[in-house]
Amino acid sequence: MSSGREPRPRLLIALCAAGFVLFNFPLVIVWDKDVTVFGLPMLPVALFVIWGGLILALAAAMERRAPPRDEDGRERR
Amino acid sequence: MIAAPLVLAASLAYLLTLFAIAAFADRRATQGRSVIDNPWIYALSWAVYCTAWTYFGSVGTAAVSGVWFLPIYLGPLLAMLVAWIVVRKMVRIAQTYRITSIADFIASRYGTSPMLAAVVTLITVIGMVPYIALQLKAVSGGFHLLTAGPTPHAEAAIVWWRDGALLVALAMAAFTIVFGTRHLDVYERHEGLVAAIAFESMLKLVAFLAVGAFVTWGLFGGMGDIWARAQALPELDGLLRLGGAEKAGAPDYARWFALITLSMLSALVLPRQFQMMVVECVGERHIRRAAWVFPAYLLLINVFVLPIAIGGQVLFGPGKMDAETFVLSLPLTQGAHWLALLAFVGGLSAATGMLIVETIAVSTMVCNDLVMPSLLRLPGFGTRQDGDLTRLLLNIRRAAIVGILMLGYLYFRIAGNAYALVSIGLISFAAVAQVAPALLGGMYWRGATKAGAFGGLIGGFAVWSYTLMLPSLAKSGWIPGGFMDDGPFGIGLLAPEHLFGLTGLDNLTHSLFWSLLVNVTLYVGLSFARNPSAREASQALLFADVFTRANSSDPAPVFWRGAARLEDLRSLAGRLLGASRADTLFQDLAQQQGVAPPDLVPDARLVDRVERQLAGAVGAASARVMVSSVAQEEPLTVDGVFEILEEASQLRGYARALEEKSLSLEQATSELRAANEQLKSLDHLKDDFMSSVTHELRTPLTSIRALSELMLDTPDMETEQREEFLRIVVSESERLSRLVNQVLDMAKIESGNAEWRNSDVDMGALVSNAVRATSELFRGRHAAVELSVPDGGVPVIRADPDRLTQVMLNLLSNAAKFVPEEHGRVLVALDSDEDGLTVEVRDNGPGVPLKDQASVFEKFRQGGDALTRPAGTGLGLPISRQIVNHFGGRMWLDSQPGQGACFAFWLPLGAREEEEP
Repeated sequence: MSSGREPRPRLLIALCAAGFVLFNFPLVIVWDKDVTVFGLPMLPVALFVIWGGLILALAAAMERRAPPRDEDGRERR
Repeated sequence: MIAAPLVLAASLAYLLTLFAIAAFADRRATQGRSVIDNPWIYALSWAVYCTAWTYFGSVGTAAVSGVWFLPIYLGPLLAMLVAWIVVRKMVRIAQTYRITSIADFIASRYGTSPMLAAVVTLITVIGMVPYIALQLKAVSGGFHLLTAGPTPHAEAAIVWWRDGALLVALAMAAFTIVFGTRHLDVYERHEGLVAAIAFESMLKLVAFLAVGAFVTWGLFGGMGDIWARAQALPELDGLLRLGGAEKAGAPDYARWFALITLSMLSALVLPRQFQMMVVECVGERHIRRAAWVFPAYLLLINVFVLPIAIGGQVLFGPGKMDAETFVLSLPLTQGAHWLALLAFVGGLSAATGMLIVETIAVSTMVCNDLVMPSLLRLPGFGTRQDGDLTRLLLNIRRAAIVGILMLGYLYFRIAGNAYALVSIGLISFAAVAQVAPALLGGMYWRGATKAGAFGGLIGGFAVWSYTLMLPSLAKSGWIPGGFMDDGPFGIGLLAPEHLFGLTGLDNLTHSLFWSLLVNVTLYVGLSFARNPSAREASQALLFADVFTRANSSDPAPVFWRGAARLEDLRSLAGRLLGASRADTLFQDLAQQQGVAPPDLVPDARLVDRVERQLAGAVGAASARVMVSSVAQEEPLTVDGVFEILEEASQLRGYARALEEKSLSLEQATSELRAANEQLKSLDHLKDDFMSSVTHELRTPLTSIRALSELMLDTPDMETEQREEFLRIVVSESERLSRLVNQVLDMAKIESGNAEWRNSDVDMGALVSNAVRATSELFRGRHAAVELSVPDGGVPVIRADPDRLTQVMLNLLSNAAKFVPEEHGRVLVALDSDEDGLTVEVRDNGPGVPLKDQASVFEKFRQGGDALTRPAGTGLGLPISRQIVNHFGGRMWLDSQPGQGACFAFWLPLGAREEEEP
C-alpha cells in the first residue's frame, strides 16, 4: 500500500482546472480539425491522449511515496 | 442465433458465480481477512458507474454522433482529479458520523431533518427508477437479439414472462437481499456484494475489450483501416467532428460543457457511486489508487467504442441496424457466437452490477429515511419499549429492494420502448445532480441552512420535472404534447423546453441550466436570508471541520445537552442493533471510559456515541427521533452551541497554555545551561591565565634570584662577571615589570577601566614615527623596512595616539623578531578606502603555521617553538587586538607558512569609541 507523503491538494486542483480547460470550448476547437493522426481522426485521438495524460499525472500525484528511508516500518500500519 | 437454453444457462452460470464470489468474500470477512480491503478491488467497485448504458448505449451514441459519447466519461475524470480532496472528506464525514446514504448525509448536515431526508430519497427514487428500467431493457433486448437474431429496429412483441427482464429483476432482488440485508450493520458495509461488483466490473471490461479487439483486428485491419473504409461512406462524413455528421452550424459547445459538468457531479452523487466510494470504503488510503485506476478503467472501456460503432456502420451500412446492439450483433452476424455470448454476459454484468448497488443504496434510503421515520411517528411505536426492531428493519429493506426492482420492471414494461437508452440515462443524471449543491456545499460552506437546502432541492427538482421529465412523458405520448411548443394555457414564455424564450440550447442543457440555477439560487439565497439555527450550526461545524477535529488531540465537541438513563439507552440499542451487538457496543464504550459496563455514566458524549451507532443502523433522522424518545434532551440554543464550543476551546486553551509554559521552561533551562557552560569556560580561561602569568613571572624571578644568590655567595667575583650578571638581573627585572604592566594593561582594557585620551590622529605620521622608533631594532637584525603611505595622506581619525603607537610598536617588534637574520624585509603599508584605514605589517619570516593561526591572538600563546622562539610575553597581540577592537576596528593575520606573515588591522574612519560594555 502506498504510504508516505500526502498528495498535494493544490496540484490536484490545478490538474482539475487544466482538465476543464483542455476538454472544453474554446480549446476543443484546436483539436476539432479535419486532420488525421496515424490515419485516425484528430479529435478523438486528442481527447484520449489528454485523458491518458491527466490520468498519468494524477497517478503520479497520488502515488507519491516517502523517501526510501522512511519506507520501512511505516508500511502496514 | 444462439439457442435460448444456452443463453439462459450462461446467464445462470454467471449468476451462480456471482453468488459464489459474494459468499466467499462474506466468509472471508467474518474471518477478519477482508478481500475488499484492497485498492484495486475498491477501484473496480467504482466502475459500477459503467452500466448497460455504457456497454450498449455508448456505441449507439458514437454511431450517430461520434465523439459525443465521451463527455460522460471525461466528467468523472475531472471529479477524480479532486477525489483526494472531496471523496476523502465525504468518507471521513460518513465514517465519523456513521452515515450510510446520501439522504442521511444531507439530512444530518442540515440538523438531522427527517423532511430533508425524505425529499432526497424521493428525488433519488424518481430519478433512479427509469434508470433501473433501462438496465432491464438492455438485458431483455440483448436476450432477444441473441435468441431471435438481429432484426433491424424490431421490437417484436414477446410474451412478458419470456423476455428475461423479469427473471433478471427477480434474481437481482434475491442476490441483493441475500448479500445486502443479511444482517444489520452499523457501517452498512457489504463485503460480499463489493467483491461481486468488482468481479462484474472486470468481466464487463474483458468482454467489451474482446468484442472491440475482434471488430478492430478480426473484422478489419486495425483502427486506421476502419476509418479509411468509413470515409468512403458519405453518411459518415464529419462524424468525428464536434459539429456532428450533419454539419449543421457551429458545434453545440454548451451541451458538451453541460455533459461534462453533469457527469462530473454524477460521479460523486449518484447513489451507487456514493454507496461504493463512501459507504463501502474500507480505508481512506485506498482512495489514492482508486482515484486514478477508475478513470483509467473508463478510458480502457471506451477505447473500442468508436471502432465498434464505425465498424458496425461500415459493415451493416449506415443506419441499417440499431447501433445500440452492435456489441452483440457484430460478433453474432460474423460467426463468432461464443464471443457474442460473452458479450451478452458482459452486458448482463454491467446491468446487474448497477441494479444491485443502486437497489441496495436506494432501499437503505427508503427504509431509513422514508419508512422508519413514518413508523416512528405512529402513536405508540416509537415509545414502545419491548421488541427487537432489527428483524423489522431488515424486512423493510427487503421489501424496499423488491419494490424498487419491480417498480423498475413496471416502468420498463410500460415505457420501455418509448425513449432511447441514452436520454433516459441523462434524465436520471440530471435528477440526481439536484442533490449536488446541498451535498457538496454542505461539506464546505458552514453558512448553509436547512431552509436553503430544502428550497434548492425542491426548486431544482420542480424545474427538472417541468423541463425534462414532463416533455419526456409528452414525447412518449402519455400526455398531450400541445403545451410543448405553445406553453401551458398558451403562454409561450412557459414552454417547458424554451423557458422564458431561452432557445438555442438542447433540452438537457436547457433543463440543467434552469434547474441548477434555481437550485443554487434558492440554496444560497435562503441560506443567506436567515442565520443557521443552533442545530444546523453545530452540524455544519462537525461536517466542515471534520479534518481539523480529527487532527487535534482534543475530542470533538458534543452538541447535546440533557439527561438520559443508561437502562433506556441500552434497551434502545438492543432493539435496533440486536442484543449481542448492543452488548459489544456498551462494552466498548465502557472500555473507553475505563469503567465496568454497569458503571457507565450516561453523559452527553455517551448519548452522542450511542446515537451515532444507531444512525448507522436506522439512519440519522430516525436515530435522533428514537434517542430523544428515551432521553430528556434540553433544547439546543445558539447560546448553548457557543457555550459548548467555548468549553471545547477553553480546554484547548488550557492545553495550549500548558504547552507554552513547558516550552518557555524548556527555553529557560537551555539558556541557563548555555550560561553555565560559558561560566565554566571562563573559569577555565581564568585558571589558564593565572597559571600562564605565574609561569611567566617565575622564569625571570628564578634567574634574578639565582644570579643574586650567586653574587652574594661569591664576594670575590670578578668585576666583569659581576657586571654581566647584574646586566642580566636588570634586563630580567625590566621584563618582569613589562609583564606586570602588560597584565595590568590587559586587565584594565578588558574590564573597561583603561584611560583613553582621544584626539585627532594622523595615521600617516603615527606609522612613520613608529617605524622610525623601531629602526634600531631592524638595523640590529640587518633587516630592511619599507614604508608605503598614500601620497595625499589619509584622513584623520579620532583615537588615542599613544595606544595606536603601542599597537604599531608591537606589530613592528614582532616582525623584527621573526625576520631572518640576513635579508630580512618588512613592508609597512597604510591604505585608506571609503570606510576606514588599513595598516599592514608584512614580514618575510617563517610565517605562522596553520594550526596556530587561530590562537595567535590568545593570551600567552606565543608563536613558534618554546625553545627557539624569541623572547616575548605573549600579551602583545591580544592587547593590540583589544585596542583595535576598542576603536571599532578589527585585527587579523594573513599568513602562508614559509612565505612570511602579514598582521593587519583596520580602523573605521568615523571611529567612535565603542560604548562601554
